Amino acid sequence: MKHRYLPMTEQDQKEMLGVIGISAIDELFADIPEKVRFTGEYNIKPAKAESALLKELSALADKNADSRKYASFLGAGVYDHFKPIIVDHVISRSEFYTAYTPYQPEISQGELQAIFEFQTMICELTGMDLANSSMYDGGTALAEAANLSAGHTKRKKVLVSEAVHPEYIDVVKMYTKGQNISVVTVPTKDGVTDLAKLEELVDEETAAVLVQYPNFFGQIEDLTKVEQLTHAQKALFVVSANPLALGLLTPPGKFGADITVGDAQPFGISEAFGGPHCGFFAVTTKLMRKVPGRLVGETTDEEGRRGYVLTLQAREQHIRRDKATSNICSNQALNALAASVAMTALGKKGVQEMATQNIVKTHYAKQAFEKAGFEVPYQGAHFNEIVVKVNGSLADTNKVLLEKGIIGGFDLGRVNSDLQNHVLIAVTEQRTKEEIDALVQEMGALYA
Amino acid sequence: MHKDNQPLIFEITKEGRVGYNLPELDVPAVDLATLLPQGMQRVEEAELPEVSELDIMRHYTALSNRNHGVDSGFYPLGSCTMKYNPKINESVARFPGFANIHPLQDESSVQGAMELMYELQESLVEITGMDEVTLQPAAGAHGEWTALMMIRAFHEANGDTHRTKVIVPDSAHGTNPASATVAGFETITVKSNEEGLVDLEDLRRVVGPDTAALMLTNPNTLGLFEENILELAEIIHGVGGKLYYDGANLNAVMSKARPGDMGFDCVHLNLHKTFTGPHGGGGPGSGPVGVKADLIPFLPSPVLVKEDDQYTFDYNRPQTIGRVKPFYGNFGINVRAYTYIRSMGPDGLKAVTEYAVLNANYMMRRLEEHFDLPYNRHCKHEFVLSGRRQKKLGVRTLDMAKRLLDFGYHPPTIYFPLNVEEGMMIEPTETESKETLDAFCDAMIQIAKEVEENPEIVQNAPHTTVINRLDETKAARKPVLRYIKA
Ligand SMILES: Cc1ncc(COP(=O)(O)O)c(C=O)c1O
Repeated sequence: MKHRYLPMTEQDQKEMLGVIGISAIDELFADIPEKVRFTGEYNIKPAKAESALLKELSALADKNADSRKYASFLGAGVYDHFKPIIVDHVISRSEFYTAYTPYQPEISQGELQAIFEFQTMICELTGMDLANSSMYDGGTALAEAANLSAGHTKRKKVLVSEAVHPEYIDVVKMYTKGQNISVVTVPTKDGVTDLAKLEELVDEETAAVLVQYPNFFGQIEDLTKVEQLTHAQKALFVVSANPLALGLLTPPGKFGADITVGDAQPFGISEAFGGPHCGFFAVTTKLMRKVPGRLVGETTDEEGRRGYVLTLQAREQHIRRDKATSNICSNQALNALAASVAMTALGKKGVQEMATQNIVKTHYAKQAFEKAGFEVPYQGAHFNEIVVKVNGSLADTNKVLLEKGIIGGFDLGRVNSDLQNHVLIAVTEQRTKEEIDALVQEMGALYA
Repeated sequence: MHKDNQPLIFEITKEGRVGYNLPELDVPAVDLATLLPQGMQRVEEAELPEVSELDIMRHYTALSNRNHGVDSGFYPLGSCTMKYNPKINESVARFPGFANIHPLQDESSVQGAMELMYELQESLVEITGMDEVTLQPAAGAHGEWTALMMIRAFHEANGDTHRTKVIVPDSAHGTNPASATVAGFETITVKSNEEGLVDLEDLRRVVGPDTAALMLTNPNTLGLFEENILELAEIIHGVGGKLYYDGANLNAVMSKARPGDMGFDCVHLNLHKTFTGPHGGGGPGSGPVGVKADLIPFLPSPVLVKEDDQYTFDYNRPQTIGRVKPFYGNFGINVRAYTYIRSMGPDGLKAVTEYAVLNANYMMRRLEEHFDLPYNRHCKHEFVLSGRRQKKLGVRTLDMAKRLLDFGYHPPTIYFPLNVEEGMMIEPTETESKETLDAFCDAMIQIAKEVEENPEIVQNAPHTTVINRLDETKAARKPVLRYIKA
């Protein structure tokens, strides 16, 4: 077998077998009971050489409608944003992407420092005291926040707003099942969490209240009231936030959030059909020792040089095993690096400018839809998404739009039967006025 | 500040510099105050860096120079399968048709992506000998927990609600017991015998009607094949429990033995190990789960299926455990794994395992005189040495690991598994040449000699890295977890 990834030669093999004192490689597998030994070859496709495989897989990729070729108005938790070109240049440095978790700090200072900087940037955006090095994604981060809250408060119920991403709610229900925590959803009113209902539901059994900011419908929740109702019952206040929006919005930390989670995908991370993205997890100091996953801390060596190490590891599975605060081991480090590069490139002014463009362009789209006769049912403050009501089915809308070069919005009827004929439209800084006008015109033609 | 400190990006920031240019706003500008009510707009700006594009590239290039990856040098980190990460994988994952597609697009517009996922699922079904595979879990630990939740649902569906215990060998990876806890089980530890294998007597003692599952890594974390696998399966199945396969070590048995044929009911794989997903400095990974027929109804929803040459996500799964992750898993890593499988083919994957195992045994034999070898038999893809001989001379395994840094190597995994004193777990992988293995063994032998002749040089290592051993106690006592402007 000659393969470019396999340097073994026949000569090597002979010498190595000699040192081991055997005559054939098969002897090394003699301890596998004959009954379970697999003797043939896998029934999978034969290997393809590099050039042929590239051709085949690029043809497969070309079957998909991508947001380079199409104008995408699809959001709902994953967005087509400007990704600074340098992001890929940095994360393609193989000293980063071919390294493991930085267990040996002396030869992993680059990764450790990059994570330390990531933790700092997440703290700056969220207004929280500390952040971990990343979670799988925003959904699992929110679910871990629910579990942390139940453990911390020793209560067995969490409230989650129905204005949280429905797939995030599903994941919260999944994670809490193992801990026998009940999940109660809080209805919405006018596209935001119904505060009267929240007041009714939150009680001294409530471990946490989970809301999203901006919420699933693009609306910006009134966190002041949610915080008051939550803390009045000594429950933890958990916010799932879009970090780009936080460039402009008052951060959850300022509203007294105990835990802020979210997904850093808007910063330099490709949509990639839903993953890998990058969850973040930020808390107040009082919850520091309950945080799941890896934390990087600053310290010094014997000569007083500053350096970084994985720290507070007594929370983690490799030390605490069944008593760990979470089972997470591998996280999303490379995407945290991508997000750091994007946050650095945009910087202090860029996140504000980009967030502003999102709001203003979405506002423009909202007015254009209204002008064209569509109803926009939720009239509260929005970030980069709005809900538009159409008179008729949405079943084939996106297929028709696709023919016009547009990836349409998210059909809310798919996740909420009360929202049949409502579509969630995302307008990021990537969309031009021309594209927005085209969307409104094409939708207008469909529902005239 | 010490002159050798590597500046943080926040320390080279300068007001007024930018590292980006956005297109001019092409819709009418609006005063934000009219769009955001009072109190909603942040007053204090987030203190992100203000640097130029070249500043950023220099900063991260400097950081990368302070980092060791597989492309930098040998990385025999046991249990982590630090093999070469093929570059074609990186190119394919970045094709716009894979990188720039949205998970909620109309299915008709992402058939290529769904076809790739389906083909990968099918390949993994064949490789593991299971009946169906889900790609939803994001990493190994996530896959463990997913499978345990399915086992829990299976038992509950049978009215078996008293199965509260998951059995885990003392040599198991920490995520096994941690995942059991998150899934709501109590962990029971089963001992290893003097041969490093699960002690059958101890297993018989701990199993019972309350057993939900046994989690097994095979070969185990000592790199030894659990040759009593059929008896193990019989014991667990005999009490109605399920047998779980931690597939982190699949690189040792591909084309030689399949979990499905060994009696396992479910398995998770680490595509970021055996199937060359790059580790990325700690992630992202991908942890697909394969199951036998009786667990299929409980698979996470949605399930990707093929109907008349069309691919579709099936959400109509009445017995599903639910959703373990938004969307469909770490697709980008799955693309890399599929590209790898297609680069190797069936004969290639077989050679991978054979060479990985040959390399490990060769190194073990070259090193056995110089270190203690607690389990002296053929290993699989990795082996564990003990540094207890050196410890008697006052040098710990940690010291030897640090000394290896001076030779340009990433050290082996140390102090794991827990059942070996001063353990060093060495996994060469199949992508390393004999010359590399020899050079590493020479370095190890030299270090063993230094321990006898000049222990200080080992005890005080490393001597050549950008930084010496760091004060971890200080880091934990008063944690500094973020930069704060002086
Ligand atoms: C044996 C074993 N099981 C499970 C895991 C967990 O995998 P992950 O880090 O992808 O969660 C690992 C890797 O660290 C491992 O080595």
